[in-house]
Amino acid sequence: MAECVRRIGFGAWAAAACVMLAAALGLTVAAKAARPSTTAPATSTAGTQPDSDLCLACHGDPGAVSGAGRSIAVDGTKLTGSIHGLLGMTCVDCHADLADVEAFPHAVRLAPVACGTCHDGAVAAYDLSIHAGARRENAESVAATCVDCHTAHEIRPKDDPDSATYPLNLPTTCARCHGNPDIIEAGGIAAGNVAALYQDSIHGRAVAQSGLLVAATCTSCHGSHEIRAKSDAASRVSHANVPAVCGSCHEGILRVYQTGAHGSGLASGNGQAAVCSDCHTAHDIQRADEGDWQLDVIGECGTCHTDRIRTYRDTLHGQVTSLGFVRVATCAACHGSHAVYPRSDPRSMVSDERLLETCRQCHENATEGFTRYAPHADKYDRERYPALYWARFGMTWLLVGVFGFFGLHALLWLPRGFIERRRLKRGEAGGEDDREPPPGPEA
Amino acid sequence: MADTSPDQVFIRRFDAFDRILHGLLMLGFLGLAATGLPLLFSEEPWARGLARIFGGFEVAGWLHRVSALLLMAVFGTHLWRVGRRIVVDRQYGLLWGPHSMVPQPRDVGDFVRHLRWFVGFGPRPRFDRFTYWEKFDYWAVFWGMGIIGASGLLLWFPEAFSRVLPGWVFNIALLVHGEEALLAVGFIFTMHFFNGHLRPEKFPMDTVIFTGRVTAAELRAERPDEYDRLMRTGGLESRRVGPAARWVHRLGRLVGAAAIGVGLTLVVLILYAFLT
Repeated sequence: MAECVRRIGFGAWAAAACVMLAAALGLTVAAKAARPSTTAPATSTAGTQPDSDLCLACHGDPGAVSGAGRSIAVDGTKLTGSIHGLLGMTCVDCHADLADVEAFPHAVRLAPVACGTCHDGAVAAYDLSIHAGARRENAESVAATCVDCHTAHEIRPKDDPDSATYPLNLPTTCARCHGNPDIIEAGGIAAGNVAALYQDSIHGRAVAQSGLLVAATCTSCHGSHEIRAKSDAASRVSHANVPAVCGSCHEGILRVYQTGAHGSGLASGNGQAAVCSDCHTAHDIQRADEGDWQLDVIGECGTCHTDRIRTYRDTLHGQVTSLGFVRVATCAACHGSHAVYPRSDPRSMVSDERLLETCRQCHENATEGFTRYAPHADKYDRERYPALYWARFGMTWLLVGVFGFFGLHALLWLPRGFIERRRLKRGEAGGEDDREPPPGPEA
Repeated sequence: MADTSPDQVFIRRFDAFDRILHGLLMLGFLGLAATGLPLLFSEEPWARGLARIFGGFEVAGWLHRVSALLLMAVFGTHLWRVGRRIVVDRQYGLLWGPHSMVPQPRDVGDFVRHLRWFVGFGPRPRFDRFTYWEKFDYWAVFWGMGIIGASGLLLWFPEAFSRVLPGWVFNIALLVHGEEALLAVGFIFTMHFFNGHLRPEKFPMDTVIFTGRVTAAELRAERPDEYDRLMRTGGLESRRVGPAARWVHRLGRLVGAAAIGVGLTLVVLILYAFLT
């Protein structure tokens, strides 16, 4: 309201708008608070309800344990510092089943807190998530509920640096499960320890080491409450949706990608077309200018372009990169990266129009003839590369012939060699050569 | 008077020139093999290690080219020498006859008799100066030098050669360079080693290529036809030499053992690659 008063000079329409907005807000809060049956509005501490101090009389003791020995301690300071505490909410606003209890200590088992009472939107989204689905399938599931990410008594808004969901803290929060081998196994999480991969990625390091708020965290890609499996077409990270998700930060790359063969293929319904994560991986994304990554990504291209990777490995480029050196041409060096065009497209780096220029990136004195070398010639393809096919054919049989012939020759010689060796030794011992005497010398 | 027992009489088989040439050939060949094989087996874990031992692919590539130049020089020197002996010295025996490397009808007979001897159906053939397998070794290397050397030059200077040659020639050159190298390396490190050194009669090695000499007894046992011919023509006396200096003998054994060690190691690595 103070806001409204200060701005009243902007005109009657502004004031009216503010009043209406405030009224709407008030109504919403009232409606939400009124929903849990007969409980009083959250902001009210009046009436017969026990207030938080009463609860903390027992639960405020850091050593407080239940009959079963489980800690039931609640840190009063943190509770008051939490968003709910700041809003003046009391324990029974969440633990609604204690509202009418008058005899203490109360029953050991309390009803689960229904966060949806107030946060209906978030819970509705959560209900669509893989976490909720796992819980529906199995009540004992380790899948996360509200408190696993938001904590129970210390919940702070996500823009509070102390919040478990603050961008710099979020990866750690998710890693409590997704970086915990026991939970990964218990939950059957197919992706495995993604937290470790993320931590080592350019995004993870940007958060953990550089403290960058703009770097992608888990929720940047997966969303927060409505986290769906990537196999779910509606997931933010489903194959078809990946470019849009990455593009929400990397917009320039997205635009270029969309013009290329992969992007336009995807747009025209080719479900096989590579998306960002196919080359960059999902969680272990590395700097693109680092040699190790440039070598690894060759293998990623090769997962789809299997015939191309095979012929690439036949060439010096493919062999040198396979040995772990990055000074020679990789796939992207000739084909480009985000906008790979078919060879027939004049924009393609390997089109007739641009090939010479592409070769000359490294081979400065390359000529037109130089570009006629077939870098992906297949020595097994008789139709397209007959000369190479027959050269390979001839060489293979030459090798087989020579090694077969002399291998057999040696195998036959070997036993005779042993006999001969023994015989020569005997001859030496006797000082006499017992072989057939040559007819020559005396003649 | 000198000792004339066949064990103490030494006959010269290879002169110093050829022995040195063979030593350089070994050096160049081993250098080429060790720096080239990592490329041919680039997806093997050992290839990465080997390439790193040589200081990365740039250094390995440089060593490969230096070794190639050495081998080309060896090849050129040999051709020049043989040519000179034929043209200037009119040693036409190099073209045909017992002193020639050219395969001749008797080699076929020797081969058949040799096989029969292997299986116990006849006496050991009476070999002459160069046996059929030695001639094969020679021509295999000769052919290999031409093919691998020529294709290697194409691949070394593709920009220059592409001005005159069509692109597909480089595809063939790349394939042939590798396959032919595999043949050469595989042949030398198994068959040449076996035939020349590792077979039981010679095991662990024959040092004749280092010392250049054999005993008269050895010559008579191994190459009776040559022995007889030398006996008839007085060559036995004119080719008679003293025993090799001790250091030559030792050096020969050392170099030979090192070469066989390196070669067999590479063969094991190649076999490992083929079998896994």
